[in-house]
Amino acid sequence: MHRFVYERPEALADAVELFARHGAAARPLAGGTDLIIGLRDGSARPAVVVDLKRIAELPPTIEEQGSWLRISATVVMSDLLADARIRHEFPALAEAAAAVGSVQIRNRATVAGNICNASPAADTAPPLLVYGAVVVAVSDAGTRRIPLTDFFVRSGVTTLRSDEFVTAIELPRPSAPLGAVHLRRTRRRGHDLASVTLSCAIDRDGVTRLAYGSVGPRPILVVDESGRLADRGASDTVKEAILDRLFSAASPSPRSMRASPEYRLAMLRVLGRRAVRVALVRLDGGVQDG
Amino acid sequence: MGETIQIVVTVNGRRRALDVEPTATLLDLLRDDLGLTGSKACCLVGECGACTVRLNGRIVDSCLVLAAEVDGGEVMTIEGLAPDGRLTALQERFLDHGAVQCGYCTPGQLMAATDLLARIPHPTVAEVEEGLAGNLCRCGCYVQITEAVLAAAEGER
Repeated sequence: MHRFVYERPEALADAVELFARHGAAARPLAGGTDLIIGLRDGSARPAVVVDLKRIAELPPTIEEQGSWLRISATVVMSDLLADARIRHEFPALAEAAAAVGSVQIRNRATVAGNICNASPAADTAPPLLVYGAVVVAVSDAGTRRIPLTDFFVRSGVTTLRSDEFVTAIELPRPSAPLGAVHLRRTRRRGHDLASVTLSCAIDRDGVTRLAYGSVGPRPILVVDESGRLADRGASDTVKEAILDRLFSAASPSPRSMRASPEYRLAMLRVLGRRAVRVALVRLDGGVQDG
Repeated sequence: MGETIQIVVTVNGRRRALDVEPTATLLDLLRDDLGLTGSKACCLVGECGACTVRLNGRIVDSCLVLAAEVDGGEVMTIEGLAPDGRLTALQERFLDHGAVQCGYCTPGQLMAATDLLARIPHPTVAEVEEGLAGNLCRCGCYVQITEAVLAAAEGER
């Protein structure tokens, strides 16, 4: 394994100081399910690894802050699944968290780490995008709140500065119930990475938010404000034309080993139609599997 | 660089004070420092589950945890499942149902299945499959493993 110095600060200020001093040579360690693989295969070569789990200000909690839920950087997927507020108010996020890896992985992998790793296939990225998540990052210049739509650049690259690290992800709690769902396609059941991911959230005014991943360098959020996608009376032809337009930014890599671009684009359309249908049933209070 | 880290960790009920390298994983600590070789070093990327142990009440892939991270924690390995040599009911059902062929994945399967039954005492087949999705068996004993877990849940003799 690549050699590094292991630091475990107990105060947020000490962690901030470590990143101010080491910049890009420091890497935060939360769950480690991506980082430790990278340290072992040499794709991650930090001089310093900063374990965030001993920081007093970053307990693994999901706290209510006014009309927001604040998911600490140390919250793992299993914590999300155990949280009734997440399951009831953000079901697409719970569905995505349940799809990550295995029990063993979900007991370690954090939501913040899933986002910071910036895989185009990151399961929690689409639901966090449709729910309007904000990433909270800290450095010695202070705290920055970055809308998730401004966070992803391309695989493995985010808009975080090298002296910053993520302390929390914040979610605005919906004022009225949404109909939402998360769908994914994989080569096989179990803990394969996704070939296509898609989340959909429809509100009472008929605004449809769709976010899709694994079909380009970064997950993408698109919005249909016309209300036609959520219109139960609109024909499939009309809806498919809208979806085609919303999916126009999808550009799957021809070099991926998981699926061809043709397959991914076809499945994106299938998932889009299915997600709108399921989200509408759920908006009406119905129970419908994704 | 390479400075060792002092940790204290309770493994299978026994408190241990150890010096660990920053690069050592929990799996390295268990196998190389403590001689607990029931946890297997196999894929080392968190896919096969052969290194599954319980850490602070939750199962993890010990190949993806640094030894330094477990300071102050509590670990249970396959060796701690039957400390006095008397097999658990789940282990007995694995034997009854032929859920062990080569045996390499068995420690991880047992750790995951023990965790599953603690969380969901009467799982459905789908819940067993989901609970054990992180444990691969290349002999292909999945049917027998699932039967053994369901039998243990039913208290079948």
